[in-house]
Order: sequence, then structure tokens, then C-alpha cells
Amino acid sequence: MKFRGGVHPSYHKDTAGLQIETLPLLHRYVVPIAQHLGAPGKVLVAKGDRVARWQPLSEPVGFVSVSVHAPTSGTVKQVAALPHPLGRPMLAVEIESDGEDRPWDGLAPPADWRTLDPAVLRRAIQAAGVVGLGGATFPTHVKLSPPAEKKIDLLVLNGAECEPYLTADHRVMLEQAAEVMEGLGLMMRVLGVTRACVGIESNKPDALEALRRACPADVAAEFMLLETKYPQGSEKHLIYALCGRRVPPGGLPMDVGCVVQNVGTAVACLEAVRDGLPMTERVATVTGAAINVPHNLRVRVGAPLLDVLAHCGGVTPDVGKVIFGGPMMGIGQFDLDVPLIKGTSGVLCLRDDEAARFEGGPCIRCGACVDACPMGLVPSAMGLIAERFRFEELGDWHVLDCIECGSCAYVCPSRRPLVQHFKRGKAEWRGILEERRAKSERDAKRAETAATA
Amino acid sequence: MTLEPGTGPDGAPTEPATPVADPITPQDLIVSASPHVHAGQDVPWIMRQVLLALLPGLLVGLWFFGLGALRVLVVAIAGCLACEWACARLVKRPATLRDYSAVVTGVLLAMNLPSGCPWWLVLIGSAVAIGLGKAVYGGLGYNPFNPALVARVFLLISFPVQMTTWVVPQGPGTALDAATGATPLGAIKEAVGLGRTVAEAGAPGLRDLLLGNVGGSFGEVSALALLLGGLWLLWRGVIRWQVPVAFMAVTALVTGVAHLADPAHHASPLVHLLGGGLMLGAWFMATDMVTSPVTRRGLLIFGAGCGLLTAVIRLWGGYPEGVSFAILLMNAATPLIDRWTRPRVFGEARQLYREADAA
Repeated sequence: MKFRGGVHPSYHKDTAGLQIETLPLLHRYVVPIAQHLGAPGKVLVAKGDRVARWQPLSEPVGFVSVSVHAPTSGTVKQVAALPHPLGRPMLAVEIESDGEDRPWDGLAPPADWRTLDPAVLRRAIQAAGVVGLGGATFPTHVKLSPPAEKKIDLLVLNGAECEPYLTADHRVMLEQAAEVMEGLGLMMRVLGVTRACVGIESNKPDALEALRRACPADVAAEFMLLETKYPQGSEKHLIYALCGRRVPPGGLPMDVGCVVQNVGTAVACLEAVRDGLPMTERVATVTGAAINVPHNLRVRVGAPLLDVLAHCGGVTPDVGKVIFGGPMMGIGQFDLDVPLIKGTSGVLCLRDDEAARFEGGPCIRCGACVDACPMGLVPSAMGLIAERFRFEELGDWHVLDCIECGSCAYVCPSRRPLVQHFKRGKAEWRGILEERRAKSERDAKRAETAATA
Repeated sequence: MTLEPGTGPDGAPTEPATPVADPITPQDLIVSASPHVHAGQDVPWIMRQVLLALLPGLLVGLWFFGLGALRVLVVAIAGCLACEWACARLVKRPATLRDYSAVVTGVLLAMNLPSGCPWWLVLIGSAVAIGLGKAVYGGLGYNPFNPALVARVFLLISFPVQMTTWVVPQGPGTALDAATGATPLGAIKEAVGLGRTVAEAGAPGLRDLLLGNVGGSFGEVSALALLLGGLWLLWRGVIRWQVPVAFMAVTALVTGVAHLADPAHHASPLVHLLGGGLMLGAWFMATDMVTSPVTRRGLLIFGAGCGLLTAVIRLWGGYPEGVSFAILLMNAATPLIDRWTRPRVFGEARQLYREADAA
């Protein structure tokens, strides 16, 4: 099924033919404690400690929380607030590599997922610090633990990779097809589902073929080539495209019986159980017209961006923008002294003249954004409302349903910074809702005390 | 074993940790919210496409009405640009001449005027279009009514004689004080008013209506040239099909029914489609983005409303022509239509939407 809206940006998937190369060991790694959505873990190491590869640097606090692990063996130089790709400094562990790459002796023993209990698998996945590698970095074990009242009958494997430029998932599907499918089987076992759908955009038929060939006999997966249209990889739109179910506004995939996982996450889950290895690396595409030698790189989490850029021949002098992620939803970096983290699907270096400027002229009501919005919102009207700071009104326009895909701003002839408006609008509207909730709670309490007095 | 700079753990060399000889500093980087790329179109591009699309109709008009039409065109463009500049200056905002929107307004206004109207009338029209039609609301994007049509209707009501004195097209040599005659729709309306039939009105044939060899505002005469331009805009993705198609279909439908019921007193729907300002209105005036709805469903309603009002005014109103009034009336209804046709949010049940809207 095809979803309404969406855009067709130039795909620039020039790196699709580049084999994954492993970034050599570096001298220094900076591992932020917060690399996932949810509560950051509690730090387990201090300055001067010696750590081994795969040793946990933090432990989860609560359910929606995971550990981070040392990418190599070495000495902890500092535990401090350091520059983070999300924009503000956050607590991180800096490790000076000792070059030995000595493995931690506390690793879980290798195990066969086919014989393990789902609860055991879930614990192994959380202990390995596995998060969604599609970019949102939601802890995977949480997604694999739906509440009992939500009956899950379909696992969706997301191989859409609809962001332009990025080809990391594409390469993983080609080069690690067997592991992707094993990982899928593992996750199906955790969820207790018998049906899985693999969705891949039509520009990657080779990936679909590779996965189909690698699919083990005991993993019941359906494969579907989807329209190449951004944002095909958005959870809600992927589910709709694959099986016609519509996730309700404000809802989650589990509300329609689905769980969506990225292909890279499947591999990470498998490695966590089969090899007992925590997630300390990922594949990232380093590309763009402003990088000298584009690469698909297997990067250890915590690798400094400058070292990654250096490995790719450095950036050209006309570099204008360095983005973590793709050009539609990635995050523009203002400080190059940041590490690559679990959610870094790519590093995109745009030339100065390629980077769009959203100066924001007047809205001419052309309706291009309304046509483009895959969520059925009216970005033109919402932009005008946000511009006037009428955030309460923005709530009535379903601003919380905005997935920030950027399709509206991408087509806006007046170059209005619509996504920026909606990011702020969502935060403000959430604040208003929170305030209202707190007030009604206070009122209830007051009424209660008045009644008892 | 310790790690020497430039040596990996297995003795293999690693690159130094500086990416370029001249390291980039944070000041060199652009930092802004996503997205980081753009499809490429901008407002001046859209306006240029409209101007290009207007060219065939404009050239036909200039051919049939000669110097008079050229004079109207030049004065209208110059007047609109001057007024745009003056208005921006008055409110101390940067001049917005470069977005071409004032040029488009000027050209559209000119095409909506008789070629023989005096220069001062055109100037007044330009001032009304830009000043009262656009600038008072805050400029491009904020005006509720189509500026060129505001000016045309203002002039029609204030200067009815000059605005309905139609030059008979005589080719490029048409003199400035050329003979005057009636528009096809005007001739029909007058004949029927005098108790005669449509056939007796002596209206021009379909060929003349298509090519533009008829009386009227100088830019509205050639249905064929305007249609070509309109289709080109559609192909370029500048306008959406809903407005012109609904506009023309409903006009044809209503005038067609009237014609079938009483062919003696109501012209055929073809005359209504090709005559008067319908082509110019349906393809270039009603499709004005600022003053029409944003959703496709809304545009369909908007176009249908324009068609209905045009037909009603032409068939039963006092004026022979109703396109301008129809579009302006529907402009006024645009906010309401937008409200009414708000799209359903992805995943939202029909029921839920109604409740949310009622609340």
C-alpha cells in the first residue's frame, strides 16, 4: 500500500557499492553515557581506572535504560561533560587506548538463541546495551517487551533506509544477510510471533534478494519491495505500506500489533546472544560532496569525529555543514570534537552551496507542504501559528503527530524553517500539557484536603 | 605494548588525528535544524513560471489590440512595481521587487483591462492592486483577495464607462482611438435583454473565440493561448488541476443545462467557456495560491464555487461577465473552506476527527 504525501529528494546513494571497511583502532575514544532514549545509566568507572574491551562503563537505572561499554581496553582519562552530537555537553567517559584491545573477562558465554527462553534473551539484549540503530536509539529490549494487553502478531524489519546518502543498512543487508535473518528469527522468538515482514525500498532489490537467500528455513519472513519515497522508513508509514494497518495518532506500532526493528539492530541482537558481545560498534556511512574519500565504515562507538573524517581523507575546504545522520532528519554539528555514537547512521559533509538556507519568507499558501506531509497535517497553517507563539492553538493542529521528517520544509518555496517551528512547538505544547496536568492534580489534592478538614 | 602515534595496535600505520591541513573551526560550519537540503524551487521561480505561462495570451492580445494594449501593459507593470517599492518604503521593510510578484500582478491587471482605457486609469488600478489589494494586509502571502481582481472590480465600479469601452481588434495596427464594439457575452446579454434570441445577437464564432479575434479585456480574448499557458503551468507543477477543472466543469454544466432548457435565450456552454474572462480567470486568477485554499479537496470546492457563481452571474445577473466577482467571492470563502477541508491526520479514525473538530 502506498502512503499519502512524502517527497522524492535526490538520493545520492553513491556509496552503495562501497564495502564496509573497519576503522583502525584509535588512540582515544569518548563514550557518552546517554546514547539512547530513556534514562542515562549510572557510571561504573572513575578517572584512572583500567578498562577492558566490552567492559560496561555504566549500568542501567530502571527499565528504559541501557549500559554503554568500553570500545577498547585502556585507561579512563576523565569522566566529565563533553561535547555530544545532540548539541550540548553530556556526561561521557574518555578512554585512552592501550593498544592491546584486551577483551573483558566477564563476557557472557556464547549461546544458541533457538534454545533460550524469551526472558533470558531480553536480559541479554539489555545487558549488551542494544538500542535501535535506525537513528531513534530506543532501547531494543523495551520494544521487545510489549505490555501483555498488546497482542503482537507481526515483526517488521526495517530495511527501507529512505534517508538520502545513507547506505549503511544497505551494506549490512548485503554483507551480513545471514546475521540479519538470524537476528530477525531471534527477535521473533523474543516476541513470540510467527510472522515477520521485511520492507525494503525498491532502489535496493539486491538487498532484498540477499536477505531472501539467507533466510533460514525456520524463520517465516515475507519480503516486500516498497516504493522509493521519503519517508518510507518511518515506522508508521512502513507498517502501513507493508500491511495496511494505521497506527493511531499518538499511538505506537504495538497498538496495531506490530514491532518495528532496524536491520542493524537485528545483527546487534544476534551478536549479543550468539557471541555474548555488547554493542560497541556500528556501521556508518561517511559521505557527501565535501568529504574526500567516502566510506562505509564499521566504527567503534565513541570514535572521535575528527579521526573518522581523517580516515576518509579529510573534508574539502568548501565544507559548509557536517551532519550526523541523513540530510532530511540528521543533526547539524557545530563542534567537530564529538564522538560517533550508537545512533550515528552516517556522517554527511555538505558543501557550503549544497546546504539549504531556510531564511523564511512569507507563506504564499501554495499548499506544497500540505501535499508533502505524510502525516496529513497542514504545515503552512501550523508554521504561521508557531511563528506567533500561539502554542496552545498548535496543539489543536496535532503538532505532536509531526514526525519531523522535513518533507514540508524540503518543498517550501519560501524556505520557511517549518521543522524548527514544529520542534519548538512540540516542546512548548508538551510543557503546556504537563502544566495543565500538574494544576489539575494540585486542584484535586486541594479539594481532598478541604473535604477532610 | 604501548600505542605510538601513527601506529595501530598491530603495527599498521594509522592516520594522524587532523582531518585537513587547515583545520575547520566551528565558525566555518552552518548549524541549523533539519532538513539540510531543499527541492530547489523558490517564490521568484514560481512567479517566473506564471509570467512565462501568460506569455502566449499576452502576445495574442498585443497582436490584436496593438499599441493601446502595449501602453496598458507597460503602465500597469511600472505602476505596480513603483507602488510595491513605495509601500515597502513606507513601512520601512526591505523592498520585495525581486520576488516578481508585483510584475505578475501588473501583467494580470493589464490583461484584465480594455486596451483603450486611459493611462491614469491603469495607474489608479495599479495603486489599488498593490496598495489596497496587498500591502495593507502585510504584503505577499497575507492578502485575502486577488490584488489584480480587487483593482479590476474597483475600476469597473468607479469608472464603468472607460472599463466597458471595448476596442474592436484590428491587428497590430489597431489605432489608439480605434472603433469600439461589444464583447461576445455583452452582445448576447444585450440582445436577450431586448427580447431577441442568442442567434440574433451576432456573436462571433468559436474560431474567433479560440484565437482571440473578439472584443474584451486585452489579455482575456484568446481562449487557446491562455489554455496553452495554463496547461504548461500544470505540467510544471506550479498549479494544481482542481481549480481550473472544477471551475470550467461547473460553468459548463450550469450554462449547459440553461442552454438545453432555453437555447433561444442562453448561449451554448462552449461560448461561456471560451468567451469572456473564463480562461484567464480559471487558469491564472483563481489559481492564485495566496487567495485559494491549501488542500486539494478545498481547491475542488473553491473551483466549483467559482464556476457556479460565474454561471449564475452571467445567466441571471446584471453584468454580462461574472468571473471577477465569482473569484473574489470565493476568495472570501477560502479561510472557511480551509477549515472545512482540513486533512485527516494519518491513522485518525473518521469518527475521532469529527469529535475533535466539534470540540
